[in-house]
Amino acid sequence: MAFLCNWCSYAGADLAGVSRLQYPTHVRVIRVPCSGRVNPLYIVKALQLGVDGVLVSGCHPGDCHYISGNLVARRKFALLKSFLEYVGIEPGRVQFSWVSASEGNRFADLIQKVSDDIRKLGPARQLKKEAR
Amino acid sequence: MRDVQDKLRATAKDLLASGKVELVLGFEPASLPMRTRACFARTADAAERLVWNEFCSQNLAAYLPRLFEKPAHIRGDWTPPKVAVVTKNCDARSIIGLVKEHQLARENVVIIGMPCQGMVDPEKAAATVDERIAQACLECVSPSPIGADILIEGQSRPAAADRFQRVKDFEALTPAQRWDAFVKEISKCTRCYACRQACPNCYCKSCFIEQSKPSWAGAGDDLADLLLFHIGRMFHQAGRCVECDACVRACPMGIDLRLFTQKLVKDVEELFGYVPGVSLDDLPPLCTFQSDDSECFVTGPGEE
Repeated sequence: MAFLCNWCSYAGADLAGVSRLQYPTHVRVIRVPCSGRVNPLYIVKALQLGVDGVLVSGCHPGDCHYISGNLVARRKFALLKSFLEYVGIEPGRVQFSWVSASEGNRFADLIQKVSDDIRKLGPARQLKKEAR
Repeated sequence: MRDVQDKLRATAKDLLASGKVELVLGFEPASLPMRTRACFARTADAAERLVWNEFCSQNLAAYLPRLFEKPAHIRGDWTPPKVAVVTKNCDARSIIGLVKEHQLARENVVIIGMPCQGMVDPEKAAATVDERIAQACLECVSPSPIGADILIEGQSRPAAADRFQRVKDFEALTPAQRWDAFVKEISKCTRCYACRQACPNCYCKSCFIEQSKPSWAGAGDDLADLLLFHIGRMFHQAGRCVECDACVRACPMGIDLRLFTQKLVKDVEELFGYVPGVSLDDLPPLCTFQSDDSECFVTGPGEE
């Protein structure tokens, strides 16, 4: 599952699409106004609902449409990633990146890398709520 | 410790008699041995009940947000009370944190700082003196309260040299070992929410765990829901937790919450150079940023 900011990464994904770039098809995109809009609970909840990995991508630092949304998000996600790995969530399940609107190639490469990482890890079981 | 207690009583009486405060929030003996409970002294006579000893572990800052909330039955103007609070360093830092988050005005509280010798962990009470001190107190870096309006003179315990040793040991384990340990601790949880109720930072009227739109977690004891609650609650402490250990003491199941919340304290200090509850002048770390904040966690597609 990928949370992409409307202004950069979503447009980057669009560019990858119109450029006919090939990248893995098992990414589900959720468009958010800004990477700063992503509540850390969204990420934990996605894993609980059975998603195998979560990617959050926003504008490069300094390029935020809302000036500083991604800079505040950067602090939040630095802590979140470190904390999730500290409690033992497999490194690579949750990833963060920056993709600008002109970086269609970077977007395709990123999705390739993240899905390779997650494929290596296999299905996520740790936080998943099993049907009872 | 007896003479510190006498100084505390004299200070409290003076504050109440002179009308500087309406209420002194401190400790009095509880009905069980080796326990104290909150004492709400409103008169100079009531201040005689105040005690100070190694069992005053409760973080009284947790009472403050409700004391400064306008009661629902009062219409029109309302003047918040002036309250003096008996604090250890950790409690004083909680108050600074609450002021910063606009839960109370600094001028309405008088912080009475107590020299802290370390609080006894009742579980360890049979052991020798230093072994009796709670883990949080062994790891305290500033046993003499920072930012107190009135500092009661007396001997505090020496500051800890390295409080993150347990976190470092845990970091050295493999992810699978850490996960097993985390699940082992969290699976003890009965969802009584005592950790949340005891925490001065958990003043939200509506906690995420009880929200229904959206519903973050089910209401039962499914491990996945317990994990989500604890990850959520701990992460909400990022940049706010002052390591007072109120959650650990409140937990009836003895979950080692400290091992995990302390990781956030360590990260916030290392990544952003921020220590919660020390100064009113700096912004909370997650409300601000630096242009050169760490990028080490970011995935670059070209890298391996």
